[in-house]
Amino acid sequence: MRAIPKAKRPKLAVWKFASCDGCQLSILDLEDQLLEVLGSVELAYFPEATRAVLKGPYDISLVEGSITTRHDAKRIQEIRRNSAFLVSIGACATAGGIQALRNYANLRNYIQAVYPRPEFIDSLDKSTPIRNHVFVDFELRGCPVSKEQLLEVLNALLNGRKPNIPAYSVCLECKRKGNVCVMVAASRPCLGPVTQAGCGAICPSFHRGCYGCFGPAESPNGASLAAWLRRLGQDDEAIVRLFRSFNAASEAFHSVSTAHENPKPQG
Amino acid sequence: MTRTLRIGDQVVLDRERLAGLFEAIRKLGYVVHGPILSDGAIVLGPIESDRDLPIGWRDRQDAGTYRLERREDDAVFGYAVGPHSWKRLLFPPKRSLWRAEREGARFHLLPIVEDTPKLALFGVRPCEMAAIRVQDRVLANGQYQDSNYASRRRQAFVVVADCHEPGGGCFCASLGTGPTEQGEGWDLAMTEILQGRHRFLVRAGSSKGLDVLRALPWTETSPADLQAAERQRQRALRRMGRRMNPEGAKELLYQAASDNHWDEIAQRCLMCGNCTMACPTCFCVTVVDRTSLDGSQTERERVWDSCFSLEFSYIHGGSVRFSPYARYRHWMTHKLASWQDQFGTMGCVGCGRCIVWCPVGIDITEELETFRSRVGGNREAVR
Ligand code: SF4
Ligand code: SF4
Ligand code: SF4
Repeated sequence: MRAIPKAKRPKLAVWKFASCDGCQLSILDLEDQLLEVLGSVELAYFPEATRAVLKGPYDISLVEGSITTRHDAKRIQEIRRNSAFLVSIGACATAGGIQALRNYANLRNYIQAVYPRPEFIDSLDKSTPIRNHVFVDFELRGCPVSKEQLLEVLNALLNGRKPNIPAYSVCLECKRKGNVCVMVAASRPCLGPVTQAGCGAICPSFHRGCYGCFGPAESPNGASLAAWLRRLGQDDEAIVRLFRSFNAASEAFHSVSTAHENPKPQG
Repeated sequence: MTRTLRIGDQVVLDRERLAGLFEAIRKLGYVVHGPILSDGAIVLGPIESDRDLPIGWRDRQDAGTYRLERREDDAVFGYAVGPHSWKRLLFPPKRSLWRAEREGARFHLLPIVEDTPKLALFGVRPCEMAAIRVQDRVLANGQYQDSNYASRRRQAFVVVADCHEPGGGCFCASLGTGPTEQGEGWDLAMTEILQGRHRFLVRAGSSKGLDVLRALPWTETSPADLQAAERQRQRALRRMGRRMNPEGAKELLYQAASDNHWDEIAQRCLMCGNCTMACPTCFCVTVVDRTSLDGSQTERERVWDSCFSLEFSYIHGGSVRFSPYARYRHWMTHKLASWQDQFGTMGCVGCGRCIVWCPVGIDITEELETFRSRVGGNREAVR
């Protein structure tokens, strides 16, 4: 990565699209390092933290959330034009998020069911990641992102080095920690082998299977894992549910959930 | 006690006297680690006395599956190897290598506190002893020494325990690394005898071990003890879960480099790296540099790595082993073939961990046989 010019404190902006705010809040969650982070950057736009708004261009833009409306599809173009580095953060921004479940249903039906005045709702049929709309310099996974990884990305940008964000599986973190594998020792479905590391294998550390909130690892083989889950007694419905959550629309998880869907989707 | 014990003398220690062994080891200042029950498996952890051992438990292991079960007896060593291996203690998953601080345009190194505990490894199985010797060759006795490993290893007090209940993944008998072939490098070796009076046959393999053994209330062995041990050994050999024919494995795998069966394995392999993490001989690591936000300090940490990650073979321009088949091929070929050229032994000791702890049960013994059956047969080049 290019280094941010050292002379001045880089301007940091934090943007929100369709999301729950959890990822941006992990910045405020940094507690011990928060003051140091705020001392190293100039907060130009971060409504969760301050009402002050500085004009662009921005050195670093952190983008949370997915694109679900025409208005947002335009807004992200504007942000890209104004940002030297654009980092999308979280499952929504990198894969479309849990709201991408709409991609598997008829949006009209949802809107009719949820809103008393559906005619006021102007929404896109699909929830899509930021990458589908603009060039993204770096993607940080997770639902929510890990605050340590978020700090690592900012740290790397400030120091002009490559962020240490591994793309291998959760299993490597799980085994380094010394966890007993929940799939092997308890036949519990775990997405760890096909999910990108970064969380520190939180779920298996508490004896439950990984549910894939960091999205697909670098070489995911979901088809093989799903076939093994069948052998462990999981039915198609359970497999679809497992692969279709926070990162449902990521290509690697999407292909598994659609392959196990009954009846198979048309077209 | 009628005579002065020497290294290699086999004597009997009654089951009731086992607690005394722990006391004797701890008195020498060792922190004892050994098998304990945790999270539905037998793992390695700190132990105080024989009461912490998984007494009366056994495991059922097969490709991709592991379950604990109660035994009908009170065997102390009635189980096979679990998910942890001793490399966790001798070659920890994470270790700080160095730290530095910026000083204008220069920098200076900061001291790091190197933790080299005096460990006693209790209940090391013969295959694990073989794995430690493999790692010794690579990390302590080779051209490049890992000083932290070497000092942990040098200080360690090793108690080997023969296997009388091999697991479903085990194939040490095929490779001559077990179930009772302890080889060298240990301080005490124990054989549990369940038949009749519950007891152990014990031998010292070093002067450290001899000092401990001399302090214990041992008795002389009788021919019946030796016969019982031999019967147990025969039974263990019959119950070995798997077998592997190492004959010509090296040439076989070199010849199979472009066999399209690698692709078939890659269709199942998850590239998850569990096999490498669980394997007691795998030693690959990567380094991670961390900086302070203001860039004034940096620290280099070493962590276990896996040849199944893309970054493992990343050089300028991309990863050398990009396709999944190339990564599995690299792993298996290294374990069974190129390790021999590199270090003069196989990289596999037949512990079965990579088979049992593979989330989809890929079996290195089965794959080797598949390649053997295809020699001269219907092999097609993958590229
Ligand atoms: S528990 Fe899940 S993440 Fe951990 S090693 Fe097993 S499959 Fe991988
Ligand atoms: S390759 Fe498999 S069986 Fe051989 S030593 Fe490693 S984990 Fe054990
Ligand atoms: S052989 Fe098994 S444990 Fe090893 S990377 Fe492949 S799926 Fe994972």
